[in-house]
Amino acid sequence: MGKLSKLPKLYLAVVFIILYAPIFYLIFYSFNSGGGMSNFESFTLEHYAAVFDDTRLIIILINTIVVALLSALLSTAIGVLGAIAIMYMRNKAMRSAVLSLNNILIVSPDVIIGASFLILFTMVGIKLGFASVLISHIAFSIPIVVIMVLPKLQEMSPSLIDAALDLGATKKDILRRVIIPFIKPGIFAGFFLALTYSLDDFAVTFFVTGNGFSTLSVEIYSMARAGITLTINALSGLIFIVTVILVVGYYAISRKAKSPLSGVRR
Amino acid sequence: MNKRLLRPLYTVPYTAWIILFVVAPIALILYYSFFDLTGHFTFDNYKNFFTSVYLKLTISSFWYAFLITLFSLLFAYPTAYFLTKTKHKQLWLLLIIIPSWINLLLKTYAFIGLFGLYGPVNAFLEVMGIGQQQLLFTDFSFVFVSVYIFIPFMILPIFNALDKLNPTLIDASRDLGANAWTTFRRVVWPLTLHGVKSGIQVVFIPALSLFMITRLIAGNKVITLGTAIEQQFLVTQNWGMGSTIAVFLILFMFIIMLITSGSERGTTTNGKIK
Amino acid sequence: MKEIVRGAAVIILVSAILLFVNAKLNEGGGSGGKNTITVYNWGEYIDPDLLKQFEQETGIKVIYETFDSNEGMMGKIEQGGTSYDISMPSEYMVEMMTEKDLLLPLDYSKIPNVKNIDPYFLDLPFDPGNEYSLPYFWGTVGIAFNPTLLDGQTFESWDKLWDPSLTQQVVLVDSARETIGMGLNSLGYSLNSTNLDELRQATDKLKKLSPNVKAVIGDEVTQLMVNGEAAISLTWSGQAADMMYENEDIDYIVPEEGSNLWFDNMVIPRTASNIEGAHAFINFMLDAEVAAQNADYVGYSTPNMAALEFMDPEVIEDERFYPDEETRSHLEVYRNLGLEMLGHYNELFLEFKMDMK
Repeated sequence: MGKLSKLPKLYLAVVFIILYAPIFYLIFYSFNSGGGMSNFESFTLEHYAAVFDDTRLIIILINTIVVALLSALLSTAIGVLGAIAIMYMRNKAMRSAVLSLNNILIVSPDVIIGASFLILFTMVGIKLGFASVLISHIAFSIPIVVIMVLPKLQEMSPSLIDAALDLGATKKDILRRVIIPFIKPGIFAGFFLALTYSLDDFAVTFFVTGNGFSTLSVEIYSMARAGITLTINALSGLIFIVTVILVVGYYAISRKAKSPLSGVRR
Repeated sequence: MNKRLLRPLYTVPYTAWIILFVVAPIALILYYSFFDLTGHFTFDNYKNFFTSVYLKLTISSFWYAFLITLFSLLFAYPTAYFLTKTKHKQLWLLLIIIPSWINLLLKTYAFIGLFGLYGPVNAFLEVMGIGQQQLLFTDFSFVFVSVYIFIPFMILPIFNALDKLNPTLIDASRDLGANAWTTFRRVVWPLTLHGVKSGIQVVFIPALSLFMITRLIAGNKVITLGTAIEQQFLVTQNWGMGSTIAVFLILFMFIIMLITSGSERGTTTNGKIK
Repeated sequence: MKEIVRGAAVIILVSAILLFVNAKLNEGGGSGGKNTITVYNWGEYIDPDLLKQFEQETGIKVIYETFDSNEGMMGKIEQGGTSYDISMPSEYMVEMMTEKDLLLPLDYSKIPNVKNIDPYFLDLPFDPGNEYSLPYFWGTVGIAFNPTLLDGQTFESWDKLWDPSLTQQVVLVDSARETIGMGLNSLGYSLNSTNLDELRQATDKLKKLSPNVKAVIGDEVTQLMVNGEAAISLTWSGQAADMMYENEDIDYIVPEEGSNLWFDNMVIPRTASNIEGAHAFINFMLDAEVAAQNADYVGYSTPNMAALEFMDPEVIEDERFYPDEETRSHLEVYRNLGLEMLGHYNELFLEFKMDMK
């Protein structure tokens, strides 16, 4: 593991500062006693208190998280299987056709996806709400998983599988012990980006939701006309901090569990 | 590998997904694209697409998508590379993704504040002696914010490609007298090409249909096909024309896929030696 | 592999716990029942305390959903899938929804509080006799400006926007009817013009405004005006009120050539499942004290005459938001011009936007 010299460190520092700048800006104004995201008047915690007062908002937040987690999980499972299927298609033309189909949902504007899913759901008779939102999120997250997993599959040398086959491994073994471990980074990338897709989506969710079910982004976008309240800033600040704590905490625990010697490592 | 690795059962969910959520909607879009406002069958939508307005929109969409992809790649590659060299690389990588989990509209509002005439960025420029600049509603801010949105999608696949890169390959190359640039060009770059391609796909393709940002950050001084479709569907209620533009977007995407997959051969198997 | 399986298990467990928590929080909820109504409204467009008060008074539970555009809302109602009992479309959308037969007629025997509404705001051309809708909030379209950033310009006329000294100062709204409408108004034409020649003239005049246009945006304009990024904007009175709430320097004016008078209205969509409850809700919202409290919370102008006496006199005497009859007589309500005309407006607007650069 090479150590980074000064310049790359500086570069990474700049990248991280830029990535986090808008978030810190949001959080900064969540302490503003004034009405909006400019003219900082004085420090207050009232917006944080408002978050905990608003049961509806908390329900919406939980909806959002559950949909994001489950849709990312399921789309990852389906996407990984899909990627493996695409990779080992014998017909080259067929493979690129399927790959193109795969990407259609990425290129289609959300309004179209939302409208056509809505038509689909009402035709099939799925009740609009949690299920329809979850299914839609799974649907539009699958392509990103496939695209994240494919390069890892392509990098995998076919001889690896041949060798395993020669050693008498069954197909199941190959999948479990050779392919999946090799493409694991791709799977994680797909999962996390699927989370991003799900959390960011507004237009599709707007169309396919109903019967009182709502997610955070639908709520935020529809506030735009009358003004987004700083309660949302406070909520985002809380989400952000909890997420960072969870991620860092999980990382620390899993490191400790795996390599007790990590403390000495340089 | 000539035996099928997956039993058909495993591919059912994916196949079902393609049929239900890709093919069916596309069929619907294609169908709508042949109808005008009054519900009559027509080719007019397609004729309309070839008027100067939509051609201009197409060109501008491609140009901005190209810029966004280019700058994403330019900034993502070194980031991914340096990340692989950090001590807690998995953690840092996650920290790259976390900002993308905060609502996009909120972050965009934050950017409006940050880039504002009286915002922190301009205050910084003032201190540096550059003076106040109009940042919002310019090409710069549009591309900047778009790159901001897409960069995690570029960093991840590149990171994954670089991460497993066998360091001995680089050592070998250096031992053989290649300088850093040659090593990069001849050894590192080809081995990460798959990752780069994935990154380009997940940035360029959605960038073509970008909207919202075109209004919030570019003040409609940038108009893309995505904006046009959104307008046709929501404001004008002309689903026919909106669908037609979407059909062309999908066609463009197919062409891009064709081009990027054409050059794929040859680099496939010389990768990893584990 | 183990790691992945473990991760998946954790996610499923966490989701299950969260769903359980949600069910607990939602206790007593359950949708579609007799004693619930589903209200579909713009975000932050009602005082949430009033929803609670309504639930307590009537025993009807309110399920609240939000939308961000009239068109999106109509699409949802048209396609069905959710039985929305109340929605709040703008006036032109009321007309469009009536045409598509998406609304139920109101039963006035169940809305005695209709007497509270200023008759001036009733029986308007978009819904003659208020068969399907009652006004919720109203307002005008005008110019919000920040005098501290300008050298004493005022905007009693639309033409003042074309002043060469205002290079890169004006923010327009990303909506064809408003922006093309401004061009029409400045030429003395009707906002509902369907005369292609007049529309062409309006567009050409707008193109001459291009050097002064800083951006064409949506609701974000509030933030830009408040933080001083923009000095002048074409905007709705409600949004201007939001701006002024946060930045006292800002002023708002409706130019004298005339402008638009808009309404957001309460309607009962055809999908409604609790029509009784929907009427109860409308009647509740029209109660003088309730309307006053709601207007105070939202900050828009209320059409509820009886509510005015419960409101801060400073607010209702503000001519900018409660204009006198003279100003009102110059205002025009949008009519639904039909999809083809709407398409034409949007085409011209797109032409203007593409010309901007």
